[in-house]
Amino acid sequence: MHPRPPAPPGLRRRSLLRGLAGAGTLAALPALAGCSSRDPNTVTLTSNRANAAQRAAMQDIVGLFEAESGHTVEINTFDSTSFQESINNYLQGTPDDVIAWFAGYRTRFFAERGLISDVSQVWEGLEGAFTDQVRDLCSAPDGKQYMVPDSTAPWAVFHRRSLFEENGYEAPATRAEFVELCERMRRDGLEPIASGVREGWPAMGMFDHLNLRLNGPEFHLELLDGLHSWDSPEVRAVFGAWAELLPHHQADPLGRGINEAQTSLVRREAGMMLCGMFLTHVFPEGEDLDDLDCFPFPEFDAEIGADAVEAPIDGFMASGTPRNPEAAHALLAHFGTREAEEVYTAVDPQALPLRLDADTSGFSPLEAKVNDMVVNAGALTQYMDRDSRPDFASIVMIPALQRFLSRPDDIADLTASIQRQKLSIFGQ
Amino acid sequence: MATPGTTAAPPAAPPPPDRRRPPRGRRTTLRYGRRDRISLALMLGVPAFLVIGLVWLPAAATVLLSFTRWDGIGGLETIEWIGTQNYTDAYTLYPPFEPALRNNLVWLLFLFAVPTVLGMFFAVLLDRELRGGPVYQSVFYLPVVLSLALTGFIWQLIYSSDQGLLNAFLALVSDRPPVDWFGDPDINLYAVLVAAGWKHTGYIMLLYLAGLKAVDPSLREAAAIDGAGPVRTFTSVVFPALLPINVVVVVVTVIDALRAFDLVWIINRGRNGLELISALVTSNVIGEASRVGFGSALAVIMLAFSLVFIAIYVSTVLRGAQR
Repeated sequence: MHPRPPAPPGLRRRSLLRGLAGAGTLAALPALAGCSSRDPNTVTLTSNRANAAQRAAMQDIVGLFEAESGHTVEINTFDSTSFQESINNYLQGTPDDVIAWFAGYRTRFFAERGLISDVSQVWEGLEGAFTDQVRDLCSAPDGKQYMVPDSTAPWAVFHRRSLFEENGYEAPATRAEFVELCERMRRDGLEPIASGVREGWPAMGMFDHLNLRLNGPEFHLELLDGLHSWDSPEVRAVFGAWAELLPHHQADPLGRGINEAQTSLVRREAGMMLCGMFLTHVFPEGEDLDDLDCFPFPEFDAEIGADAVEAPIDGFMASGTPRNPEAAHALLAHFGTREAEEVYTAVDPQALPLRLDADTSGFSPLEAKVNDMVVNAGALTQYMDRDSRPDFASIVMIPALQRFLSRPDDIADLTASIQRQKLSIFGQ
Repeated sequence: MATPGTTAAPPAAPPPPDRRRPPRGRRTTLRYGRRDRISLALMLGVPAFLVIGLVWLPAAATVLLSFTRWDGIGGLETIEWIGTQNYTDAYTLYPPFEPALRNNLVWLLFLFAVPTVLGMFFAVLLDRELRGGPVYQSVFYLPVVLSLALTGFIWQLIYSSDQGLLNAFLALVSDRPPVDWFGDPDINLYAVLVAAGWKHTGYIMLLYLAGLKAVDPSLREAAAIDGAGPVRTFTSVVFPALLPINVVVVVVTVIDALRAFDLVWIINRGRNGLELISALVTSNVIGEASRVGFGSALAVIMLAFSLVFIAIYVSTVLRGAQR
């Protein structure tokens, strides 16, 4: 080894100090940017609507607002799943003035913790624009509203119209007809019900629908709110009915992503799929999308009927302390207008407007059908993970439902385990 | 560090005068000026501050939080102390916990048994300067360089049950129903371990290649003169000379097994057969669930396991340094 001449120590020290000072300045920069006097005409917006169609639709309605009000809107778009995973921290930091989010338990949760602010003022201008049920889903227990809703992407059993016509299938209305149709499809070499639950959460849809049809929407919502035992005959009946349908599901659902299951419907390998309107993002626009049809999840109990619709509602909320409250409220009011909802839902294929006075003449037959289901619904539910505590839904229910799908024969054991975990999470 | 048995001199005896040591009082004060002391303080203080602030305090906070119930929202006053409830819950009523412990162990054993051995084997082969050695080297090392998301994506293309390469190939050679590589909890861990091994092999290979290049060639010549074959030369001469590399490989493998997370998270968020403690910690703490207390308890359990290995490692290193 050759001895290397040592660098002059003073220089090293100085460069170290300079480096530290530099790092300090860098760290201070965003803070400075945050303090700088803000343009009173600027309002910031966080959007989790990240698909190409959703981004375009957001641009359109925000453009409308900018043109009308003279405000500038800065949109920050995040991928929906990662935004969901970070929203707790995000809302506790310095969030944007307006944030796109979901109605139901998830809005209530933040409202009760003071992370979002009361927008009932905005609702005064929206009197009569939405059904009372939608209003309730946007309200916290204090009776105030915390969200302005704009669209919904309801769930139904989707299928290809042409495939049904070719084989002479008819949309089933009852449990018996549904099972019969499944058996017929099986004989015709089709997978009756497309199923992909590798991500876990898609399994919740089937539980929700069976529970809604067997036990009614009231019981369903109370169960998710922690008011009933999960180890009850009612819940075991839901799993029992599911176990009977399971042979008609696409095999090995736990290894298949929901997108792969949707693809099997596009490719005519599967006959039907219980899914949200977001299925439309997978169907290529044009002939394929026009071929898509649906029917409500069939009736399982004549007394309970089949008019409860799982319709997750999306909307916008204001952060706890918006830096620009007036502009934020103006933007929220704009999102609640008929014009904005019509423009948005015309671009985003999964979204249906929630306003009662929205123009439905431009709807495709599919959109018209789903919209009728929502308008005439006996009850709207939000999907298990939007109607219950997120820790219970994701930590307890997803593994439990996956366990059921791989071992459908030990229902009593499963419901007992869910109940034990529920007690530990709900702390009762 | 001297153990009681090894000190020969009685403790009361005065230390023998050491001529090399400079007389007292002339040490630091004259040689180091104020500026030097400031720079020394900075050099020691900044890293110490970083280690304490970024490693020790968060670790201590995690241990504290593991005795609480907290949803991560609001100030410290919203934290509720519940004692060891989280630990009992993890053991008694959290179904994924036990499979996660087992899977972490399987992961560790597998990494040692297959990719580490394979990486060593490849390194020995490539060290013999085959033609095209650098090409093979890059081929085996490539998976290590690929981003985690990309790795997950590649293996999904291979393992997907309807559209995957592997099942398409199996369908050509046999008419059995497609294998559910990701969904069958009896298979998916091993399917993922193959993917993890794919990455780990290249990493280990590179470490051993570097070590083998540093082995003195005269050792091998001497062994050859003594009549040892290639296998004997490796087991009796080269492998023992690789001791420092072996220690590094053990540590790297243990760390990789404990922090294994990315592949299972990309595939199914660490559920249904792919449970790992790291994935359970993440799904409890990160995201809307925010069971900060419960997640911390799981993290502390993981920390305890790591500490076992860290203790073994540190004691080995200290023994080595003493020799």
